[in-house]
Amino acid sequence: MSDKKNANGWSRRDIMKAAGAFTAAGAMPMFFTRGAWASKTFVNDPGNSKTVKLGFNVPQTGAYADEGADELRAFKLAVKHLNGEGDGGMIQTMKPMSLKGNGILGKKVEYVTGDTQTKSDAARASAKRMIEKDGVIMFSGGSSSGVAIAQQSLAQDMGVVFMCGLTHSNDTTGKDKRRYGFRHFFNAKMSGLALGPVLKKEMGTDRRAYHLTADYTWGWTQEESIKETTEGLGWKTVKTVRTPLGAGDFSQYITPVLNSGADVLILNHYGKDMINSLTQAVQFGLRDKMVNGKRFEIIVPLYSRLMAQGAGKNIKGILGTTNWNWALKDEGSQAFVKSFGNEYGFPPSQAAHTCYVQTMLYANACEMAGTFYPPEVIKQLEGFNFDGMGNGPTEYRAADHQCFKDVLVMRGNEHPTSQFDLLEIVQVVPRAQVEYPADIFGGELGPYEKS
Amino acid sequence: MNINIPSIKKDLFVMLIFSVVILSMPMWLKPLGAGYPDLLQKFAIFGIFAVGYNVLFGLTGYLSFGHAAFLGVGSYTAVWSFKLLTMNVLPAILFSVILAGIAAAIIGFISLRRSGIYFSILTLAFAQMFYNMAYSVLTPITNGETGLQLSRSDPRIIDNMMAQAGASLPSPTLFGLEMSGYSGFYFCAVLLIIAFFISQRIFHSPFGMKLQAIKSNQTRMKYTGYNTRPYLLSAFVISGMYAGLAGALMAVTDPLAGAERMQWTASGEVVLMTILGGVGTLIGPLLGVGIIKYFENIFSAMNEQALLAAYSFMPDWLAKVMVTITSPFVGEGWHLTLGALFVVIVIFLPGGIMEGLGKIKNLFKSKKKDTFTEQIPPKLPEKAEPQKEVS
Repeated sequence: MSDKKNANGWSRRDIMKAAGAFTAAGAMPMFFTRGAWASKTFVNDPGNSKTVKLGFNVPQTGAYADEGADELRAFKLAVKHLNGEGDGGMIQTMKPMSLKGNGILGKKVEYVTGDTQTKSDAARASAKRMIEKDGVIMFSGGSSSGVAIAQQSLAQDMGVVFMCGLTHSNDTTGKDKRRYGFRHFFNAKMSGLALGPVLKKEMGTDRRAYHLTADYTWGWTQEESIKETTEGLGWKTVKTVRTPLGAGDFSQYITPVLNSGADVLILNHYGKDMINSLTQAVQFGLRDKMVNGKRFEIIVPLYSRLMAQGAGKNIKGILGTTNWNWALKDEGSQAFVKSFGNEYGFPPSQAAHTCYVQTMLYANACEMAGTFYPPEVIKQLEGFNFDGMGNGPTEYRAADHQCFKDVLVMRGNEHPTSQFDLLEIVQVVPRAQVEYPADIFGGELGPYEKS
Repeated sequence: MNINIPSIKKDLFVMLIFSVVILSMPMWLKPLGAGYPDLLQKFAIFGIFAVGYNVLFGLTGYLSFGHAAFLGVGSYTAVWSFKLLTMNVLPAILFSVILAGIAAAIIGFISLRRSGIYFSILTLAFAQMFYNMAYSVLTPITNGETGLQLSRSDPRIIDNMMAQAGASLPSPTLFGLEMSGYSGFYFCAVLLIIAFFISQRIFHSPFGMKLQAIKSNQTRMKYTGYNTRPYLLSAFVISGMYAGLAGALMAVTDPLAGAERMQWTASGEVVLMTILGGVGTLIGPLLGVGIIKYFENIFSAMNEQALLAAYSFMPDWLAKVMVTITSPFVGEGWHLTLGALFVVIVIFLPGGIMEGLGKIKNLFKSKKKDTFTEQIPPKLPEKAEPQKEVS
C-alpha cells in the first residue's frame, strides 16, 4: 500500500501521525504533574519558614474603591500590631487574647495585596495569584457581596481560609455559606430586625413603602429582609424596582415614586449608587412632600460614613444601620480609633474596622489552635466568644460562620461638628434582638478537609 | 500572484517550536514571577481568544467590538453543562463552541451587512445587549451580577447516574483528571496549540487568501465575481467559536461565569492584545496577550515593599528616589503604564511588537547582505493556481 504524497511530500497519513505525536507530547506533562501536591498535608504550609503571608484582596478601582482603600489601611495596621509594632491597638483590649505581639505562632507576618476591581473574575484571579504564587495562608477583603461569595467558594476549593471583609448580603452566610469563609460584618436580615422597632416608633404602622434595589445578591436579600420587617409592622409595599449596579443616573427610577402613592422610599443601594440615588431623591423634593397626610421619608438600610461623606447634607435626618461607628465609646473602639488616627490622621470607617477585626480573629485562632492547619483553625473560630473588639460581647456562630453582636441604628446628623461626624447613633440594638435561627436560609458549609 | 504560501512542512516545523515554547512556559516564566497555574491558564485561554479574533480582524480587517459576547456565551454554556449533565469538560467545551458559533452566525449575519465603523458599532451594540440581558432579563439563567455558580444540589444527570454525589462540591475533570492547577494549564495549552495550528492553516489556505483579498480591496474582489459575504460570515463564525472555546476553558479552570466577562471592556481588551502584538501576524496576538495579562496580574500587585526589594542593589537614598518615581506606575497605576506602552507602540510601531521584531531582524540582515539582492523579484510559486485545499 502506498501513501499518496502531495506536492509537499506529506501524505494525509503523515499528517495524522504528526498530529497524534503532538497531542501525546502535549499531554505528557499531565501524567507526571498529577498528585504533585498530594504529599503535602495542607496548602501553603509555612513549615519552618520564619514568616507567614496573608493576602489582602480589596477593590482599588471602581465603585467601591473608597471602601477598599480604607480596608487596606486597616489591614496594614493589623499586620503592624500583630508584629508587635505601633501601639498594639485592639490587641490590648480583645478578650480572650492569645496573641503575643510576635507575629502569628512566632512567625513574622508579611502581606501581599491585590485589586478585585469589584469583579468576580478579577477577584478570583487575584486571589489565585496570592494562593498559587505568593503562598498566602489566609486571604481577606471585601466590599461587594457578589465578589465575597465568589472568593468564598474559591477558598473552599483551594483549602485556604477566607475572612470576609465588608459584605452585607444574607447569602454570604446563608445559602452560599462555606466552611472556609467567615463573616464578622452584620447582614441584611439583622439590619431589618434592628430597624423594625425604630421605624415603628418614628413613622408609625400605617405607611406605604417603595423600594429601589441594587440588582444583585446583596440588593435582593436586603429588599427581602426589609420588606419582611416593614410588612410585619403593618406597612404596605407599593412596588419594588430593581436598578442596575453602578447606574449613575437614577432620575428615571425616582420620578415614578412621586405618583405611586408611596410615602416612604427605601434605597437598597450602597457606595456611589446610594450617594447618587439619595442625592437625586432629595433634589426631586421628595423629602419636602406630604403624602397621605404624612411627611415623606427616605430610609437607607445600610449606611456607612464614607457614603455619608459623599452624600453631604442630603443625609441629614435619614435613618439606617451600621456595623460599627468610630464615635463608639467602648475601650476597644477607642483603642482602634486612636491607633488608626495616629497612623493616618483620620478616623476609620466600618469597612476598616471589620477588616482589622477579621485579621486579628484569624491570627488569634491560629495561636489558639497552635497550628496553621485550616480545619483546626476553623474549629477554633467556630463558636468563638470574644469581647473588646468594639461591638460588645460577640459570638462566631458555628452553624453558619456569622458573627452575632449589637447593631447600630444611625441617623444622618442634623448639626455635624466635623467632616467625620456625619452620623449620630440613635440606638444600639442589643444582640438578642437581631438573632435568628441558623437554618432559615438553607445552604450548607461543606467539609472541613479540602475537597 | 506573488504571494508564496508556506509549505505544510515549514508550518509543522513552526508548530513544533511553538508547542515546545508553550508547553515549557511554566519553566521559563518562573523567573519572571508569572509561572503559577492561574496566570499560565489565563495566557493559554486568552491566547486562544486572541488567535481566533485575529482570524477575523487580522485577515479581513473587520474590527469587531463585540467578541466578549461569545466568550460569555461559552462560559455560561459550560457552567450549565456542568450543572445539568456532567463535570466532564468535553461535553461542556463541545456545547460551548457550538452555541458560540450559533450566536456568532446570528450576530454576524446582521452585522456584516455593513463594514468599517458601522460594523464595529453594530457588534458593540450586540455585545452590550448580551451583557445587559445577562444582568437583567436573563437573570434566571445567568444569576445576574452574582454570577452563575455550581451547587451541590445540581441535577448533573449523567454523573448522578454513575455514582452518588459526594459530600463536597465537585470540580470539573477530564475523565478523573482535575482541571485546576498545572493539569488545567496543560489541557488549555494543548488546545491552544491545536487552535494555533488550525489558524495557521487558515492563514495559509486559499480561503485565508480570499479573506486577505477582502481586506485589501473588497470592491475589486466583488468585481472579479466573488460573493464576499459567505467568506466574511465564515471568518466571523470561526472567530466566534474560538471565543466560545476560550469562554468554556475559563469555566473549566474556574467553574463560575459572570456577566462582566461580556462587558465592552473585555471586547476592547482583545482588540488591544491583537494590535499590541501585531494585527494579521500569527504570533503577534499571543505576545499581546502575554504582555497585557502580565501587567494585569503582576504589575497590579506590586507595592512599595516589592519595589524596595527590587532596588535593593542601589544605595539607600537612590532606591527611595526610584521607588517614588516608579510607584505611580505599578500597583493601582498599572493601567497607566499599559496605556503609555500602547501609545508608544501604536505611534512608532503601527504593526505592533511583531513589526519591532521584524525591524530588529532586518537590521542584522542589512548589515550582512548587499541591498541589491533584495531588489530581485521573489521567486514565483512552483504551482499555478487555482490551488487545491490542503487538508
